[in-house]
Amino acid sequence: MTDLPTLDVRNLRVEFPGRHGTVTALDAVSLSIGPGEILGVVGESGAGKSMTGLAVQRLLEPPGHIAGGEVWLNGRRIDQLPEREMEKIRGREIGAIFQDPLTSLNPLFSVGRQLVETIRLHGGMSKSAARTRAVELLAEVGIPAPDERVKHFPHQFSGGMRQRVVIALALAARPGLVIADEPTTALDVSIQAQITALLRKLCKDHGTAVMLVTHDMGVIAETADRVAVMYAGRVVEIGPVADVIARPSHPYTRGLMGSIPTLGARVPRLAQIDGAMPRLDAIPPGCAFNPRCPLVHDRCLRDRPDLRPAGMGHAACWLDSTPEEKAA
Amino acid sequence: MTASAHIAPVASSALTVSAITQRFDVSAPWLNRVIERKSRLFVRAVDDVSFEVPKGGCLSLVGESGCGKSTVARMVTGLYAPSEGSISFAPGEGGKPLSVQMIFQDPYASLNPRWRVFDIIAEPLRELKLRSTEAEVAARVVELLQTVGLAASDGRKFPHEFSGGQRQRISIARALAAEPEFLVCDEPTSALDVSVQAQILNLMRRLQDEMGLTYLFISHDMSVVRHMSDQIAVMYLGRIVEQAPTEVLFANPRHPYTQLLLDTIPDVAAPRRDREPSTGEVPSPLKPPSGCTFHPRCPQADQRCSAERPGMTALPDDSRAACHRVAEMLERMV
Repeated sequence: MTDLPTLDVRNLRVEFPGRHGTVTALDAVSLSIGPGEILGVVGESGAGKSMTGLAVQRLLEPPGHIAGGEVWLNGRRIDQLPEREMEKIRGREIGAIFQDPLTSLNPLFSVGRQLVETIRLHGGMSKSAARTRAVELLAEVGIPAPDERVKHFPHQFSGGMRQRVVIALALAARPGLVIADEPTTALDVSIQAQITALLRKLCKDHGTAVMLVTHDMGVIAETADRVAVMYAGRVVEIGPVADVIARPSHPYTRGLMGSIPTLGARVPRLAQIDGAMPRLDAIPPGCAFNPRCPLVHDRCLRDRPDLRPAGMGHAACWLDSTPEEKAA
Repeated sequence: MTASAHIAPVASSALTVSAITQRFDVSAPWLNRVIERKSRLFVRAVDDVSFEVPKGGCLSLVGESGCGKSTVARMVTGLYAPSEGSISFAPGEGGKPLSVQMIFQDPYASLNPRWRVFDIIAEPLRELKLRSTEAEVAARVVELLQTVGLAASDGRKFPHEFSGGQRQRISIARALAAEPEFLVCDEPTSALDVSVQAQILNLMRRLQDEMGLTYLFISHDMSVVRHMSDQIAVMYLGRIVEQAPTEVLFANPRHPYTQLLLDTIPDVAAPRRDREPSTGEVPSPLKPPSGCTFHPRCPQADQRCSAERPGMTALPDDSRAACHRVAEMLERMV
């Protein structure tokens, strides 16, 4: 990794004020992604993984807002930029890929027109140059017969091909950062593998930093370089993907790994984490995982653990702390 | 469950499905057909599917979206009448046909939001007159709630007060209320998070052991299917392309489509980052390819595959596959 990460999120806090008090959706989230690196962000629904991606793009639904922390993109702080400045960054410096390729394309315009619009908006090219570029982009994402397909409308594409078009759109302005939110969830397994391989290839070819948000640990295992595991709006563990999978440090990550049925061996009973993730307005004091943790001790109920070195990465857990620390 | 469940005698099958076909009319409206001179259009969502589910066992149907697996589930539960073929259940207790219940995919859509959980679970008891007095109904509901790992006090709540996993537990309790011997589970965990999925899968296996239930399990997730089932049938475009005991299928997949499925699934335990993804996509079921419907994507396809539809070839290890290559290999061996 170079000295300057493409994306650097420091202590990000997102709040949703409401009638019944303020809900903290993200709390002290810190992560960074270097050029050409894929960071997987994994967690259960409501853990805040999509929220992290939206907060970075400043696309939070009001009344949600960034209440603390900093977001740095290529050495520039963007969390306080005015909306007009942010509009220039979205699409040009941050590309976005969403879960459902059908809703992220305009059904009334041909994909060529949508690509040309995006390319011209960010690149200032002539119409014909943009058209050529659109065909190149479609070819790059592996769409057969791009000269023909560029004239087609979204409904004429299959799910996998549509997601390729969305990827082409996200990459149109050659952004340094791509945020892909569940890009393969709506697709069948055989197509899913095609899309993750494509993402990986494009990221490596262009040195793009990718934030890959997904609930599927299998996709992370095959695609990401590092992984951040989120729980109740916090990052509980972050580290190299192979290391987190083989030797998870946080008890939540361990439970999560045990609960995934694998193709390898059949076990009589899957490991299960009893209970469910707490609601964001009822996060217990101390470690948010303490009601479900099999290894809980006094300190977990009182103090909230910060990310600290564990294995090859970092984990937010009191478990490896010294006896004095546990007593503190 | 132990390994002995895999060699359960097939003789006592709970469900026998023979050569069922489901055609759906997807024609344009009458006026359009007249003006645009279009003919009627049918899609064969399920085409000549046969299988048996042994008593106390679990057969899984796997395949990608649109392969017809959910249609088979709906035909088995009687929600659709088959266009051709027959579905018969073995006699259950008291000589009546086995009673069948279904668990649906989406626990947000399958529970009535205006009913309290108690009434949701009590409905089958009252409708089928399984308990005579209201006090007995109440006692049974509490028992069912506890069976699926919920508290008796949860009966007073409404479905929206529960998480997805807890709702799926309510669906299971409701299905169990009718005292079924056969459960059809249509993607029961695909709307759930993995840690919750593990809870529900463990619960379903415990219930199977305790109550001797028979499952027809529908899923697109090979690893879930491997965990749950004794037998697996792989479907592609409305047909079963391969059926085998679970361990045989995973150790030795015969059909090229099964091989493709097993190759492309990302596995946490053994990620393959450098593999070449398969090309191509599932064709439209409206215009299925000729011969073997998998031939346009198959690496082993030849002219015979595009001309002639392969029949089922039974293999010595209890598996069967619909593939010319498998049949040819068997001929060479004999």
